[in-house]
Amino acid sequence: MSSRPVTEPARRRENSPHTSMFLRMLVRAAVLRRGRAASALLAMVVAAAVATAMLNLYVDVQAKLRREFRNYGANIVVVGKDGQALPAGTLQQAESVLAGRGMAVPFAYVVARTMSGQSVVVSGTDFDQVKKLDRWWAVTAWPAAGGAALVGNRAAAVVSPKSEPFDLSFQGRVIHLNPSGLLTTGAAEDSRVYLSLSDFESWTGVQPSTIEIAASGSAEEVSALAQKLAQAIPAAEVRPVRQIMEGEARVLGKTRSTLLAAAVLIILTSALCVLSTLMGWVFDRRRDFAIMKALGASERLISSFFAAEAAALGAVGAVLGFVIGIGVAAWIGRVNFHSPVEPRFGVLPVILLGSVAVALLSAALPMSLLRRVEPAMILRGE
Amino acid sequence: MFVRLVYESFRRQKRRKLLAGVAITLGVGVATAMIAVATDIGDKISRELRTFGANLIVTPQEDTLDLQIGGVDLRPPSDGAYLSEADLPKIRGTFWHHNIVGFSPMLPVNVTAGPSGTADVALLGTYFSKTLTFGKEEFVTGVRITHPWWKVQGAWPDDNSQDVLLGERLAARLGRRPGDDIDINGVPHKISGILSAGGPEDNQIVAPLGLAQQILGKPGAVRRLYVSALTKPEDALARRDPKTMNAELFDRWYCSPYVESIAYQLQEVIPHSHAEQIRQVAQNEGTVLSRIKGLMLLITLAALLASALAVSAAMATAIFERRSEVGLMRALGAGSFPVAAVFFAEATLLALIGGVVGFAGGALLARAIGRSIFDSQITIEPVLFPIILAIAVIVTFAGSALAIRRAVKLDPVYALRGEA
Repeated sequence: MSSRPVTEPARRRENSPHTSMFLRMLVRAAVLRRGRAASALLAMVVAAAVATAMLNLYVDVQAKLRREFRNYGANIVVVGKDGQALPAGTLQQAESVLAGRGMAVPFAYVVARTMSGQSVVVSGTDFDQVKKLDRWWAVTAWPAAGGAALVGNRAAAVVSPKSEPFDLSFQGRVIHLNPSGLLTTGAAEDSRVYLSLSDFESWTGVQPSTIEIAASGSAEEVSALAQKLAQAIPAAEVRPVRQIMEGEARVLGKTRSTLLAAAVLIILTSALCVLSTLMGWVFDRRRDFAIMKALGASERLISSFFAAEAAALGAVGAVLGFVIGIGVAAWIGRVNFHSPVEPRFGVLPVILLGSVAVALLSAALPMSLLRRVEPAMILRGE
Repeated sequence: MFVRLVYESFRRQKRRKLLAGVAITLGVGVATAMIAVATDIGDKISRELRTFGANLIVTPQEDTLDLQIGGVDLRPPSDGAYLSEADLPKIRGTFWHHNIVGFSPMLPVNVTAGPSGTADVALLGTYFSKTLTFGKEEFVTGVRITHPWWKVQGAWPDDNSQDVLLGERLAARLGRRPGDDIDINGVPHKISGILSAGGPEDNQIVAPLGLAQQILGKPGAVRRLYVSALTKPEDALARRDPKTMNAELFDRWYCSPYVESIAYQLQEVIPHSHAEQIRQVAQNEGTVLSRIKGLMLLITLAALLASALAVSAAMATAIFERRSEVGLMRALGAGSFPVAAVFFAEATLLALIGGVVGFAGGALLARAIGRSIFDSQITIEPVLFPIILAIAVIVTFAGSALAIRRAVKLDPVYALRGEA
């Protein structure tokens, strides 16, 4: 400090409003040792940013992965009791119970005959909805107009091997269909012919017997929804699809646990980084400490001075780090999940408290060491 | 003199060295654990994804059209072709047999059940947990592996017994409990348990495969086969038609665990069969897997960054505290190169010690994570060791470089007066 021009602080002191000595010491300490203060702040900011990003991801990853899991399709199936058709209006009832938290797709089935007398399962459904529900369906071209049919790739060999128009009959009534495309799923759908629900109903007069529902939310929410559906539609059997629900719960749980372990490790490491940098910073200022003490400052005043300094550093670092961390989390979300991670402001108090606590801890350790040393020894540079 | 300087510095400044050493050890440990977890997570999650059930289905090539509605096969049992049960153990002989977690044959039969043959129900013959032999090797397979969401109240039947499982809805309708008897086509069978599957099986009887074959009168017949395999997410190569590939490309395709190449190999070993991926399971698996792997990769990068920063911060602090020493050396006439060399040597030594201890600690940490989360070991590639050590040395070097440069550049007079 001796090498600085004396006039500059003196001029500043005259011009500046009468702030308290305490505040001025805080500010001047940071300004005069810009480099060290900046590196301490940098460590703080990086740690807070990493912690924010990890906590944000941890909170949000469940929602993100759940959306991916919805690509597995329906997690609740509503079927008529003993294979009977569902009463009219069931779809509307199901949709009102869902209230936007998922989608419901009706399916109606009959066994029809081809002109050569072969049996084939024909299903009527809502193609626009199926497209969204069963994303794994590999379809060469979705039917657009009435009278168009989606033919499973195994059924195609029977009904229309060269994708020519074909006829199907059900209880003596014949329908003429144009195959629009081939469907491949690797499951029972491959042996079926799919029509639009309106074509299907006007041809067979059969109502949907199955509603497949993809409900969003946690396992508990989906189970609660299934119960509500069962109460609202007493004429139907409501079955949660255990295969999908259990698989989802398991993978989600494991991923979250791994993420938690990673978050704990990373946050610990960054806390350590802050600890060593800040300890260095406080230790480095043992001469300030000694001078204050030699000038007669009480232990309490000095402690509170260093504590205030550390807390201010922690708080500023936490806020800056929080902003950066949210950016990092959003970037990870966009890169990996193609949708940004929502900023969680609930994380801010946690980060703020944690940062200030780590900063105070790192100030307290060197302080307790210094307190034991005579000021004279420090000033002599020992 | 050089060696003595380094040695004495370690002997006399135990506290500072310990602090820096701990920082390096922890940093390296966290980095090792995270890299190990990230490299292994694909394998682990892929195993967890098998809880979604089989991703491949094998059917007879000459089969008639399925007439399945709501999981109930309406086709007359005399119709269609069958696979031969005797071919199944050959699956163990395919190139990717280590990736095949399990398989379950299925044979649906229509029977009458109940005291006086009142109800027509579907009976599904399958393996529960059957021991098969291929060559000299014994292995266990069945629905308990491929359909892990099936829950049984009571006991699973033995594969060689005549006992059956009753679907829970059917059991409720017939008023049966585990331990009761049920007449199937007039013959009494013991109900060993009630099955809850959350699917069409809840309305069916599930029996050992042998019993279904006996009822059908076709020994060794299997209608379809579900195979659960660990696969690699699909890419451009996977989707190509093997017939259009040249020999080299075909070898690469054949030797990658794509769901397509495993299907191809299943068709090779099971005569007159058609193997296909169950797209609902197989396609989604790839997306979920790549999302989780991508997430872990990015997080590992964050962990590496955090530990690199922690190490550099600790090193910078340790060197900054010793600038009066540097001043003394410089005042006594040492050039900046020898002084820097002493510090770099110390840093390298610290990095090596911290790296070895950290690697061991990180390996233990990774194992602990693997055991507590995935109930299986996370294996650490030995090739990681030199890489981690090199990274530790580089990061320690880089972290110290700036601080050493500043310490060396500082005028010895200021340094000795304790001003910087």
